[in-house]
Amino acid sequence: MTKKPWISLSGIGVFAVLLLAVAPLVLSDHWLNNLGKYCCWAIAAVGIGLAWGRGGMLVMGQGVFFALGAYSMAMHLTLETAGDRVPGFMVLYDPLAPLPMFWEPFRSTGFTLLAIVLLPVVVAGALGYALFKRRVKGAYFAILTQALAVALATLISSTIRETGGDTGLSDFKYFFGFVLNDPANRLMVYLIAATLLIVCLLAVWQFYRSRFGELLVATRDAEERVRFLGYDPANVKLVAFVVSALMASIGGAMFVPIVGIITPAEIGAAASILMIAGVALGGRASLFGPALGAMAVGWGQSSLGSTWPDGWTYILGLLFVVVILFLPNGLSSLPARLMRRQRPGPVEPPAPAIAPAELEEVKS
Amino acid sequence: MSSTSKRMRALVATGAIGTTMALVLAGCGARAGDDTAAAGSSAAASCVDTSGDTIKLGFLNSLTGGMAISEKTVSNVLHMAADEINAGGGILDKKIEYVQEDGATDWPTFAEKTEKLLTQDCVAAIFGGWTSSSRKAVKPVVEKLNGLFFYPVQYEGLESSPNIYYTGATTNQQIIPAMDFLAAEGVKTLFLAGSDYVFPRTANAIIKLYAAKLGIKIVGEEYVPLDKDDWTSQVAKIVAAKPDFIFNTINGSSNVGFIKAYYDAGLTPAKTPIISVSIAEEEAPAMGHEVTGNYASWNYFQSLETPTNPKFIESWKAYPNSSGVTSDPMEAAYISLYLYKALVEAAGSFDVNAVNAAAKAKPITFDAPEGKVTLDGENHHISKPGHIGRINADNQFDIVWASDKFIEPDPYLEGYDWFPADIRKQLTDAAG
Repeated sequence: MTKKPWISLSGIGVFAVLLLAVAPLVLSDHWLNNLGKYCCWAIAAVGIGLAWGRGGMLVMGQGVFFALGAYSMAMHLTLETAGDRVPGFMVLYDPLAPLPMFWEPFRSTGFTLLAIVLLPVVVAGALGYALFKRRVKGAYFAILTQALAVALATLISSTIRETGGDTGLSDFKYFFGFVLNDPANRLMVYLIAATLLIVCLLAVWQFYRSRFGELLVATRDAEERVRFLGYDPANVKLVAFVVSALMASIGGAMFVPIVGIITPAEIGAAASILMIAGVALGGRASLFGPALGAMAVGWGQSSLGSTWPDGWTYILGLLFVVVILFLPNGLSSLPARLMRRQRPGPVEPPAPAIAPAELEEVKS
Repeated sequence: MSSTSKRMRALVATGAIGTTMALVLAGCGARAGDDTAAAGSSAAASCVDTSGDTIKLGFLNSLTGGMAISEKTVSNVLHMAADEINAGGGILDKKIEYVQEDGATDWPTFAEKTEKLLTQDCVAAIFGGWTSSSRKAVKPVVEKLNGLFFYPVQYEGLESSPNIYYTGATTNQQIIPAMDFLAAEGVKTLFLAGSDYVFPRTANAIIKLYAAKLGIKIVGEEYVPLDKDDWTSQVAKIVAAKPDFIFNTINGSSNVGFIKAYYDAGLTPAKTPIISVSIAEEEAPAMGHEVTGNYASWNYFQSLETPTNPKFIESWKAYPNSSGVTSDPMEAAYISLYLYKALVEAAGSFDVNAVNAAAKAKPITFDAPEGKVTLDGENHHISKPGHIGRINADNQFDIVWASDKFIEPDPYLEGYDWFPADIRKQLTDAAG
């Protein structure tokens, strides 16, 4: 889509300088920490942009993969804090039972890091394979992913001794040997999250420019034609879905040391939809739209939610309606639209939320 | 080809810059086992401004989301207490200027807002919270930043923190009195029904231990998530188990579904009464069904006859947006602000360490609507009278049982030999 690649790349460069150099200098500790949290959501949003914006798969349950990363990290940090003992919250519910089996491997740093990367790949891979090979798509795919997020959140809420339940996991003292309360270490954690966001942006930028990116857009817009051309659309979608799951998991993993707590509410239906909302606001098919949209929603929640608790959700809802009605490609398409109005040229059609081919299938 | 390698270089370069910066910083950050690690709080210097004629305090409750219905009352009564204190001259001649934040029934939001109140607004202390989950989210943040948090709701105990003051009941002031009452009533079998989260789970673990000692048989235990209100199948199990009494640790609106299922199944207070620890004057009329004849265990009831209670009820009824009835959690919230005032005046300072030292130096008391409460400077809980009330036709409570004296707070149940010492040790170890 982007005709001049270096404009996008220098855009990423400017974004990197702002996040890695300017933000730590000008923001207070509190707002830098908040920015770190928005970065985590933005990482997941970049993945949604890839799967939904470019791939046409409305992934409404990214909370599932966010949870895989977040809970892997949280279990490791909880065990690191507890040392040889059984974590305090488990003692509360059943004082004599040992640590659940599935917690044991998360003592290891290597296993935890591997789990953050491999768990979403395996789960999304198996799920995507089963769905895409059976040509499940459109609204059915969206509902299915959403249902998974609800199911996982309910499962975590009801297994209070194994996962901390509704209260979640919190009170982490260390991050891979570093004391989390130390401001220098907190800055380090922020920089890791910001760097990961930049790396994810570079990765999708590279994806979008590659033949794979073209194939993905082709699959979104005319899946049957892609099939006739001799490609298997299932494989194309599978790759995009797995990469988006991986990004959600990475975002979730970094969310834990930055925010200091993870609960089922952060991964359930509402949280998953809020991730989508940010992407839609920003512009799902653009490079920066998903990340900036997610960060804007995060900022709105902290800032407007503070001054106007009752009103903020209405603002978000209204903004969402306005953007969908008047700017179907999100806020990031606004500059281009304004320029086009002054200098009429070829108009790019909006990326459909669900590919036309799929819509027909839903109708039939 | 060259453009690909350039791109790769850009990718590698960004990664390298970020990693290097992180590693350089890691070099100066404290690691596990460092001496400085223990003094993590020293890194956060207090930014509280005490130079003007006002003092900033933070109020943090869920004003939106599922808990808003309960927490708005706590928030409102805190505003009333602040207005009263300001009318009386303030704290150390400084008027209270409060910053209200919304926890939005989301525990990470509670953590974020606590950090904001302490580091951005520079408040001297924070008041509020309701669920144990919200307190557990706030706890690491106030401990890290050496702030103060006043928590006003009865809870499951087994916790203490130098940075938290608990003005609601701990287990030995609400759960254990309720069990003593049941034993005195001659109850032989008990069914436990609760919401699926930290308070009911822990409370029931304690109830089971004490029931064994009292010779009360637990004939069943059922949980339903906080946000679900269908109790039909669980109540069917209660009908089958035929208990003498039901111990209800359900929280919030889930109680409505429970009460409905209870009457639909043909259970009645005459044959199978319920004793609740979360249904008070506010909730009783909202059950959607007559609940007359059932019981609740609290420290404060609107019907209590103490010297200060009539004035409290009167002020509350006259306060804007008031619900018209007073209840235990709102009374505990009311206490929390006055207790803070007493602590600061004893310390002569708003400094956290000075306030904590004042708490230990001599007993701090307050003539609360429930009676004269005394702060325990070591565990930061207050003494309270135990009361059991029976709901009457006006949705008020007739007091049917009272502890013979004020019960000293004992969050770790050290004075109770039936609570296993090794569990206590595990819990204190895990907390420390």
